[in-house]
Amino acid sequence: MTRRSTPGALDYLARAPLRLWLLATAVFLYAPLLTLILFSFNDSRRNIIWRGFTLKYYRLALTDSDLVAALGNSLTIALISTLMSLVLGALTALALWRFRFPGKTALEGALALPIVVPEICMGVAMLVFFSKVVPWPTEAPWPFNLGAIIISHISFSFSFVAVIVRARLQSFDPDLEAAARDLGAGTGRVFTSVLAPHMAPGLIAGALLAFTLSLDDFVITFFTSGPDTTTFPVKVYSMVRFSVSPEVNAASTLLMGLTVAVAAVAVWLGGARATSVALAGEGHGP
Amino acid sequence: MDRPIAEARGLFGFLVVPPTAWLIAFFLAPLGIVWAYSFGENISLTKIVVDGSLDAYAHALQPLYLGIIGKSLAFAVLTTLLCLCIGFPVAVAMAFAKPRTKAWLLLLVMLPFWTNLLIRTYALMAVLRTEGYVNLTLGWGWRSLSAVTRLVGLRMPVFHPLVLLHTDAAVVLGLVYVQLPFMILPLYAALDRLDRSLIEASLDLGASQIGAFARVVAPMAAPGIISGIVLTLIPSVGAYLTPDLLGGPSSLMIANVIERQFRSADDWPFGAALSFLLMYLTLVCVAAQSLAARRRTAPAR
Repeated sequence: MTRRSTPGALDYLARAPLRLWLLATAVFLYAPLLTLILFSFNDSRRNIIWRGFTLKYYRLALTDSDLVAALGNSLTIALISTLMSLVLGALTALALWRFRFPGKTALEGALALPIVVPEICMGVAMLVFFSKVVPWPTEAPWPFNLGAIIISHISFSFSFVAVIVRARLQSFDPDLEAAARDLGAGTGRVFTSVLAPHMAPGLIAGALLAFTLSLDDFVITFFTSGPDTTTFPVKVYSMVRFSVSPEVNAASTLLMGLTVAVAAVAVWLGGARATSVALAGEGHGP
Repeated sequence: MDRPIAEARGLFGFLVVPPTAWLIAFFLAPLGIVWAYSFGENISLTKIVVDGSLDAYAHALQPLYLGIIGKSLAFAVLTTLLCLCIGFPVAVAMAFAKPRTKAWLLLLVMLPFWTNLLIRTYALMAVLRTEGYVNLTLGWGWRSLSAVTRLVGLRMPVFHPLVLLHTDAAVVLGLVYVQLPFMILPLYAALDRLDRSLIEASLDLGASQIGAFARVVAPMAAPGIISGIVLTLIPSVGAYLTPDLLGGPSSLMIANVIERQFRSADDWPFGAALSFLLMYLTLVCVAAQSLAARRRTAPAR
């Protein structure tokens, strides 16, 4: 390919207006979050003018037993939901990748539904289901009382995992499997030694997405949680409705730190590319 | 791979049964029940009969609710347009950046995506409220200005904080804030796959940058643009949290009305009908998207 166009014709980042645009977008996306973080360290209840550094709102947030319990619930739900979504998503991806069968298109369509259905519709569906069809024992011992929330989270997460893992499987070279079989490996051995290592980046990206979707979810959880089964977002929501307060800032900063840490670990494990490709394809909204 | 199932029936069953059963029991069944309720009636406070009545839909299409549906659509379309206008240049800059810069820019867009939606909305509340940062800055600017004008003998009126929170504008701003990464990422994914030599060729052949964009880049990136639009539009129409926290009493959107029917007003058939109107709309959008995708790929075959 000969480059005869003026040098840098496609180097849009070198253009000042575009740089300015990018900067403005970054400010738009980050300024509210950065002020939120900054003012969680501010020694003033009114929370608007800087009065000096303090950690007291972190102490307040971390000694608020309701908030800590809600955070514990959120993490438990996210962990169980991620594990189950990984299993179900990987099974789906393998089935769709490996076989052609009657009803395959129908299954693919049904799998796409949890990704596109508005959260509010799924929320009310889960509310109706768990109050009329399968009344969940909310007084059951922890963590079984979280069952309704966990089931809902798995339902909306595992499709995402399936899509990501299936995309990863497309790049699998069938000759590798043939070679393994020639060398005497059975189905189980082919899976553990050849297929699973190939799937790993997809599984990591899928796990990250399932974990963040679960930790993030407010709307669907709002409809399936009871007074004793609040999650972190539901608890923060009830605090936010009353006022903007430094404790909420501190609690939010902690959760943001946690999410960023999880994302960083996943990117480090699975490579930024796999993760970004996975995330660029699909999304879940407010 | 696409092998017939006869080859390994046991393996196939092991792979396909658990997820299918889960999907039917814990996703399709709950949605199906709500769908059935949308054709039902309240016969007492707690009892609903499903008798194929269309009353709930008729109720949902009354002018009051039609207005709310229209408003939700208007907010969502405006949000999508704003996201497209703001996001396209960002996606272009990302797609044509050097690999290292690209990775950083990608991270820049994805970090907010990973941040909790509720927290992001809360952060905007702090910016927009009466004693928030916008009003603080404006107030400071106003006071400095009036200090200057007082020197020349001009008295400016006292600064009154602007009402920014709990308005329709705040809802649209909040939706743009939340949805922007969902627009940028698919746009970027499409632009990144573009064959650069085609753009260079069009520039060589005398197209202006704008001409090259309109005639070469935009048509080739169309699938990404369409999926960005769908990914922004659908969650925006059904947004619950943003209008709830940032909107005023008159900026109710369809999701807020649905929530009320199920949690306080106890009119489940009506709520079900509203939520399925939203579902039908979603399905139409998705069908249109896949139809457009099919039409694009068809001539190539």
